[in-house]
Amino acid sequence: MTTILSIRDLGKSYAGGFNALKSVTLDVQKGEILALLGPNGAGKTTLISAICGIITPTSGHVTVGGHDIATEFRAARAMIGLVPQEISLEPFETVTNTVRFSRGIFGRPRNDALIEDILRKLSLWDKKDSRMMQLSGGMKRRVLIAKALAHEPRVLFLDEPTAGVDVELRKDMWNIVADLKADGVSIILTTHYIEEAEAIADRIGIINHGELLLVEDKATLMARMGKKRLEVQLGDPITAIPASLARHNLALSTDGMALTYTYDTNAERTGITGLLNDVAAAGLVLSDVQTHQSSLEEIFVGLVSGDTT
Amino acid sequence: MNWIAVASIYRFEMARFFRTLMQSFLSPVLSTSLYFVVFGTAIGSRIQEVEGVSYGAFIVPGLIMLAVITQSISNAAFGIYFPKFIGTIYELLSAPVSFLEIVLGYVGAAATKALFIGVVILITATLFVDVQIAHPLAMVAFLVLTCLSFALLGFIIGIWADNFEKLQLVPLLIVTPLVFLGGSFYSISMLPPVWQNIAMFNPVVYLISGFRWAFFDTADVPIGLSLMATGGFTVACLAVIWWIFKTGWRIRN
Repeated sequence: MTTILSIRDLGKSYAGGFNALKSVTLDVQKGEILALLGPNGAGKTTLISAICGIITPTSGHVTVGGHDIATEFRAARAMIGLVPQEISLEPFETVTNTVRFSRGIFGRPRNDALIEDILRKLSLWDKKDSRMMQLSGGMKRRVLIAKALAHEPRVLFLDEPTAGVDVELRKDMWNIVADLKADGVSIILTTHYIEEAEAIADRIGIINHGELLLVEDKATLMARMGKKRLEVQLGDPITAIPASLARHNLALSTDGMALTYTYDTNAERTGITGLLNDVAAAGLVLSDVQTHQSSLEEIFVGLVSGDTT
Repeated sequence: MNWIAVASIYRFEMARFFRTLMQSFLSPVLSTSLYFVVFGTAIGSRIQEVEGVSYGAFIVPGLIMLAVITQSISNAAFGIYFPKFIGTIYELLSAPVSFLEIVLGYVGAAATKALFIGVVILITATLFVDVQIAHPLAMVAFLVLTCLSFALLGFIIGIWADNFEKLQLVPLLIVTPLVFLGGSFYSISMLPPVWQNIAMFNPVVYLISGFRWAFFDTADVPIGLSLMATGGFTVACLAVIWWIFKTGWRIRN
């Protein structure tokens, strides 16, 4: 694996004393998709802005493709594409011209064939001569993506790119992300749609109060932190959990028809065998048994609220 | 140098100008005609000649300067303020461009627009009065330098402004009075001695004087001094912009 983005002790504090980023250290590999999760105001956009040059970090170093963002800003920034959270577009300019402009300011010579390809992939070709003010919100979001891709970046930041967009665009976007990944482009995305991060990311980073709480391989994270629930459906309702089952810390549903047992998938012994034996010994009749894996969302909520166990 | 970026910014800004070409063209023609009617005819009938030049012709350099200065400032100020206002500045800040390239693109476009309007006013003026240009090359040089230096000032105003009111504040409260009091419509030598001395603190006096020299070979201040003052003003503006980009003042938190 080749590290394409290296962040070391990156910090950002404001004059009022507010620390928006606290010594963030992170490596992103070539062709990797990293999802950054965190509540509003956690520091996701600040982190992206500091890397891209929109804000000046107060401490730390960042290199992109081995180029320092401060001392070799041209080489570093030329490799970066950014899709910002806010829709910011020149209202009177046409789609083609605004995308062409983006390629131009990154110092890349005009390439109409490439721009056409990007616009077609984003279903924007029919709108190529439309002015921004004539486009819907979803279409504008597509234009932002087209602009970010116009100079063929090697590292792409997607700052909540699917906020408020329709299913079709989301699908188009993830197709593009898959194509970019196949081409070796690294993608760092922030999102509130945790199921998307779960579906497409290779690694997950969780950020809160300006601190990177963890960065971990998605599957490892889910295996390490994921809890599983075993739900035992009963044939007949009960009013209280029998004393012989007390050691299993079960939860009884309000209708008395189900017992829920939470266990750690990584534990040496899950305790399931003992539980089922005790349930049978207590004379309870089982009608069904099902298990449920913790979703990334549950892990995320647990982490940011400090409940990681 | 990222010349492709400079050209991209320049073209993008000029596209804004061409979208409203008729407004850009008609407005200076109309205002120049009005100035000639009011100043040239009404006042010109009472003042026959100033320094051996007919009053109508005498005010032409001042009129061009008035328009060019206000247009340079407003075009450059709006050019950089608008991306800040609508948020598209993020793209400039994250692009591999230096402050010099951003300035060249924005200021170059703003200066070009102002130059175009200056030429339109000059052509319009020839419809009203007989305009002779004694030093055509110096006239072009002064015009270009004025467009550039005031576009630089406009760029600074555009970065400084955080609302549309502020965008208008400096041009209205400072620049327009300086231009009107800078000898656009009269010779400094026509003022009482005290005011002549005070006028020497007005940088626009040097510009208009130099520009008028290019037309009529007469000037309120020596031509060398005019060039030095204009050059000094340009360097000062460039230094401020360099500082803005170095510190990120008002553009990069």
